[in-house]
Amino acid sequence: MHQQDFFFQAVIYLTAAVISVPVAKRLGLGSVLGYLLAGILIGPYVLKLVGAEGSDVMHFAEFGVVMMLFLIGLELKPALLWKMRKSIFGLGTLQMVGTALAIGCFALIFGLNFPQSITVGLILALSSTAIVLQSLAEKGMLKNQAGQTSFSVLLFQDIAVIPILAILPLFANQVHLDISSAIQADSGQASIVSGLPGWQQVLVILSVVAGIIFIGKFLARYIFRFIAKSKLREIFTAAALLLVVAIAVGMSQVGLSPALGTFLAGVVLADNEYRHELETDIEPFKGLLLGLFFIAVGASIDFSLLLAKPLIIFAILGLLIVIKFGVLFLLGRIFGLRSGNEMLFSFALAQTGEFAFVLLSFSGQSAILDKETNGILMIVVALSMLITPLLLILNEKLVQPLYLKKENEPEADEIDEQDNPVIIAGFGRFGVVIGRFLKANGIRATILDNNPDNIQVLRKFGFKVFYGDASRHDLLRAAGAGTAKVIILAIDDREKINNIAEHIKEEYPHLKILARSMDVSHFFEMEDMQVHGQRRETYDSSVELGIMALSELGFRRYQAYRLARTFKHHDLAIMKELHKIWKEDSGKYILASRKLSDQLEDLLMAEQAGPIQEADSAWDAATLREEIREIYESIKKEKEL
Amino acid sequence: MGDQKRILILFAHPAIQKSRVNSRMAEALQDIGNLTFHNLYEEYPDFNIDVKQEQELLLQHDIIIWHHPFYWYSSPSILKEWIDLVLEHGFAYGRKGTMLKGKKVMTAITTGGRREAYQEGAFNNFTIRQLLSPFEQTVKLCYMDYLPPFVVHGSHLLNEEEIGIQAALYRDAVLALRDGLFEEEDLQQADYLNDVMVKFQQSLN
Repeated sequence: MHQQDFFFQAVIYLTAAVISVPVAKRLGLGSVLGYLLAGILIGPYVLKLVGAEGSDVMHFAEFGVVMMLFLIGLELKPALLWKMRKSIFGLGTLQMVGTALAIGCFALIFGLNFPQSITVGLILALSSTAIVLQSLAEKGMLKNQAGQTSFSVLLFQDIAVIPILAILPLFANQVHLDISSAIQADSGQASIVSGLPGWQQVLVILSVVAGIIFIGKFLARYIFRFIAKSKLREIFTAAALLLVVAIAVGMSQVGLSPALGTFLAGVVLADNEYRHELETDIEPFKGLLLGLFFIAVGASIDFSLLLAKPLIIFAILGLLIVIKFGVLFLLGRIFGLRSGNEMLFSFALAQTGEFAFVLLSFSGQSAILDKETNGILMIVVALSMLITPLLLILNEKLVQPLYLKKENEPEADEIDEQDNPVIIAGFGRFGVVIGRFLKANGIRATILDNNPDNIQVLRKFGFKVFYGDASRHDLLRAAGAGTAKVIILAIDDREKINNIAEHIKEEYPHLKILARSMDVSHFFEMEDMQVHGQRRETYDSSVELGIMALSELGFRRYQAYRLARTFKHHDLAIMKELHKIWKEDSGKYILASRKLSDQLEDLLMAEQAGPIQEADSAWDAATLREEIREIYESIKKEKEL
Repeated sequence: MGDQKRILILFAHPAIQKSRVNSRMAEALQDIGNLTFHNLYEEYPDFNIDVKQEQELLLQHDIIIWHHPFYWYSSPSILKEWIDLVLEHGFAYGRKGTMLKGKKVMTAITTGGRREAYQEGAFNNFTIRQLLSPFEQTVKLCYMDYLPPFVVHGSHLLNEEEIGIQAALYRDAVLALRDGLFEEEDLQQADYLNDVMVKFQQSLN
C-alpha cells in the first residue's frame, strides 16, 4: 500500500469522526449517527473524499464487531449466559423464523421467486449488533431487561449466520460453493477444513472450541502473568490484540464465525484476574474500528440509485421496519417485556445489520439475486442502520413518556397533588443510597432515571419516577424543577452533571444543587459553578476504610476515628489551596481528562508542604506535665533553702 | 455605642427542634448587636471542634455565655468536649496561658426542677451554684471571672406565655451585660443573675 495514500485516508476518516461525532453527541443524536453522517459527508455523493475503497474499509472495520463481542463476553460470566439460554435460543429462534417468514411472504408478493424470498427473508431478519449494542451502551441501557433481551437475540443471530451461509448455496443455481468458502467470501482465504469430509470438519471445529475453552480456563492466567511481569504496557496490549486476532483467524480457518469465537473466549476469560487489563486494552481499538465501520456504512450508501428509485426504496425500508418491529413487539410481549421495555427492544432491533452486506454480496456473486434487487437491498440495509439512532431517539422522547403517563394515571391524583421537595437525577449506585435515606425519613423525592427496570419497582414504593435522560430540559421541568427545593445530581457522567447544573443555575435559581463530583478537577469545576454542596463520590468510603486499616494496625478505634476527622479537615484545606492554583493556572487543569496520577501528584505535593497539624492537643498533657514538674522542683528548692 | 461589650453565646442543645424554652430564649437574642450566636451542635454535628477557630472567637469577645439545658446536673456533652479541647494549656491556663485573662463567663441554663428542689436536703440535695462549681472553677483557672448564672427553673411547667416572659428577661439580662449596666457588687453577691435582674428592673421603675 502507498504510505502517503494511507495517511491521507487516515486524515480524512479521523477528521470526519472528530468533527461529526462530538457535534452529534452535543445534539443528543448519539455517536453512531454521528459516524454514519460523517460517512455520508465524506462519501462519493457529497465531498467525494472517499470512493470505492469504502467497502474494503468496511470489511476491515467489521473486525470492530469481533472485538465488541469479545468485550461483551468478558462481561458475561458463564453462569449468566446459562441463565439467558431461554431468551437466546427461544426468543432468538422465533425472531429469526418469524421475521424471515413475514419478510419472505412480502418478497413473494413483490414478485421474487421462492428461493429468493427465503434468502431475502433470512438476510433481512438479522439486526445490527454493532449499532444496537453501541447505541444501548451509550445510553446505559445494556444492562436493563430490554438491553439484555436485545443482546440475546443479537447473539443468536450471530450464531445463525453460519447455518444461513450453509443454506444459501443450496439456492445458488449456477455456482457450487461450500459452507466454509462462503464465510471466506470477503477475506478471500480458503478454510483448511473445506477439503475434509463432514464428520472430520465437525471434529476439527469441536476441538478448536475445546482448545479455546481449555486455554482460556487453565493457561491464560499464567501466560498473562508472564507477560505482565515484563512491565511493558504495550506488550500486554499486543498480547491482548494477538489473542483476539488469533482466535478470529482460527475460527475462520475452521469455518466458524470469528465474532462467535471471540465471544466464547471472552466468556471463558470473564473470571480471569487480567480481565480489566484486557478490557482497557481492547476497548479503544474496538471503538475506533466500529467508528470506522459506521463511517464506511455511511459512505457506501448509493445515493444515485436512491435518487433514481426513491419510492420503491423508501417503501421497502418502511415495510422492513414495520415488519421487523411488529414481530419483535409481539415476541417481546410474549417473553414478558412490559412497561416500555418491549418498545425499546423493538425499536432497537428493527434495522438490518452489517452481516447483511456480507450475505448480500454473496447472494449477488452466486446469482441468487439479480443485480438490481441486490443494489436496492444494499441501500435499504444501510438506510435502516442510519435510521436506527433516530428510532431510538423517537422512542426515548415520544414513546417512553407515554408509558409513564399511562401507568402513573391511576395513582396520579394522590401523588401529584403535592410537589416533591427533592429531585434525584440518576438512580444508580450513588443515587439509590440518597433515595433510601430520604425515604427512610419520610421525605418524598422525584427520581429521573433511564433504566425502565427500576421504574416499576420504584413506583411501587411510592417514588415519583420519570424515565429518560436527566439532562433533558423538558424532563427537568416535568419533574418539578420549578417547585422543588433541592436537586441532587447523582448521575455517573460529569459532562451531564455540569450541563444540568448550568441549566438549573440559569432557569431555576431557587433550586439548591447538591452534586456528586467524580474527582479533584471535577470538584473544582463544581466549586466554580457554585453549587450548594458536593461530595466526591468515593471519598468518604475511602476514608472510612482507612479508619478500619488503622484499627487493624492496632490504633485505638477512637484515635483512628479522630485522625480521620483531622485528615478530612486537612484535606479540605488542601483542596482550597489547590483550587487557587487551579484558577491561576487553568491551562494546566483545562482538560477534564487530566490524568489522575497528575492530580495525585498535586495533592501529595500540597500535603508535603504542610503536614497534618497535631489535633486534639488539649488531650496531650506533655506541656502541662513539664510545667508542673518545674513548679514542683522550685517548691522543693524553696523548702531546702 | 463604643463601650458595648462583645458577647459570645456558646449554645449547646442537641435537639433544638424539640426544645420549648431554650429555642425561645435563643430566638430572643437573634437581633442583638455586638453579639455572636454560636450554635455548637449546628457547627460541629460530628463533635469535630475546630480548636483554632474557637480560640479566635474567644479572643474576639469580652463576655462568654454557656447557654444550654441542664442535663444530669451538667451540660450537654458537646460543651464538655469544647472545654476539654479549646481551653488548652498554654492558651487558657498555665503560667503562660493568659490569653483569656479578664474575660467574663456566664452560664445560662434551664432546669425541670424548681428552685426549691435545688437546696441542701431537698430533692436534688445541692444548690445550682454548688452543681455548677466545676464550670466556675474552670473559668477561674483560666484567669476569668464567673458571673452568677441565669437560670430558668421548672421548665416543664411553664406555659407559652411564661416562656415568653423568661425569654424576654433573658434578653434584657444579656443586653444589660453587654451595656455594662449592672453594679459589679451586685454581680459578686448574687446567686442568680435573675435576682440581680429583679433589683435592676425595680431600680428602673
